Amino acid sequence: MSAIFAAATTFDVPANVAFGILSVLMVVAAIRVVTTRNVVHAALWLVVVLGGNAVVYLILQAEFLAMTQLLVYIGAIVVLFLFGTMLTRAPLGESDDLDNSQRFLGAVVGVLLLGVIGYAVARTWGTDRLDFAAYELPPRVDGLVAASGNGRTQALANTIFSDYLIPFEVISVLLTGALVGAIVLARRD
Amino acid sequence: MLLNQFLLLAAVLFSVGVYGVIVRKNGVLVLMSVELILNAVNINLIAFSTFWGLSGQVFALFVIAVAAAEVGVGLAIVLLIYRNRRSVDIDQLDELKG
Repeated sequence: MSAIFAAATTFDVPANVAFGILSVLMVVAAIRVVTTRNVVHAALWLVVVLGGNAVVYLILQAEFLAMTQLLVYIGAIVVLFLFGTMLTRAPLGESDDLDNSQRFLGAVVGVLLLGVIGYAVARTWGTDRLDFAAYELPPRVDGLVAASGNGRTQALANTIFSDYLIPFEVISVLLTGALVGAIVLARRD
Repeated sequence: MLLNQFLLLAAVLFSVGVYGVIVRKNGVLVLMSVELILNAVNINLIAFSTFWGLSGQVFALFVIAVAAAEVGVGLAIVLLIYRNRRSVDIDQLDELKG
C-alpha cells in the first residue's frame, strides 16, 4: 500500500493517466475534425485537439508554450476559422458535400503513413524515457539566473534572445508580411 | 514517461491531418487539417526538447507563429476564391490540369 502511495507521489503515474485519457480524447476529436459533416462542428472539435495539445505541453513541462497555444490557437486561429466559415457561407448544419470521392484512398494513405512513422519511431526510440535533464541546464548567457523550476520560461526567453535572435526578427517580418498580404488579398477593390 | 508515447500520439494526429488534407473538399476544412499536422509536429519538437535543450521549444514557438501567418493568408485566399467563384470547392479549381 505504501508503495502505491510512494509511486503516486512521483510525477510519472498521474502524468501517465492524464496522458492516456488525453491522447484518446485528442485522437477521437482529430478523427471527428476530418470526418464530421458539419463545418462548425469541425471547428469545435478542433478546439478539443488544440486544447489537448496545450495540456500535453504542460505534461512536458513547457508552460510558456502551453499558454501561447491557448492564446494563439484557441483565442485567434479558431475564431479566424469560424469567421472564414461565415464569410464563405459554408452550409450550416449537416452537408454531404464536404468530402471528395477519394475517401478510401485517403484512408489507405493515412494508415500507411501511420504504419511507416510508427514503425520508425518505435524502432528508433525504443524505451527512452523523458528525463527533463535538458531543462535543468543553466543558460549559456553569463550572469543570468540558471534554469530550474519557475526559471524555465526565463531560460526560454534567454534562448530566444541570444541564440535565436535573428530567426525571431525574421519571424516578425514574416508576420508583418502575412498581415499585409492578407489585407491586400481580402480587400474589395 | 516514455518519449515514444508522445511521438506516437503525434504520428496519429499527423496521419489524421494528412487524411483530412486529401479527402476534404471545402477550403476551410483543408486549412483545419493543416493545423492538425502542424500541431502534431509541435508535440514532437517539445518532446525532443526534453532531451536536447530549449531549442525545440523555440522552434515550436516559430511553428505557432508561422501557422498563424499561414491561416491568415490561407483564409484570405479561400475568401478570394469564394468571391470569384461563389464556392470554396477546391476540387473545381483545376484550370492548371492539362
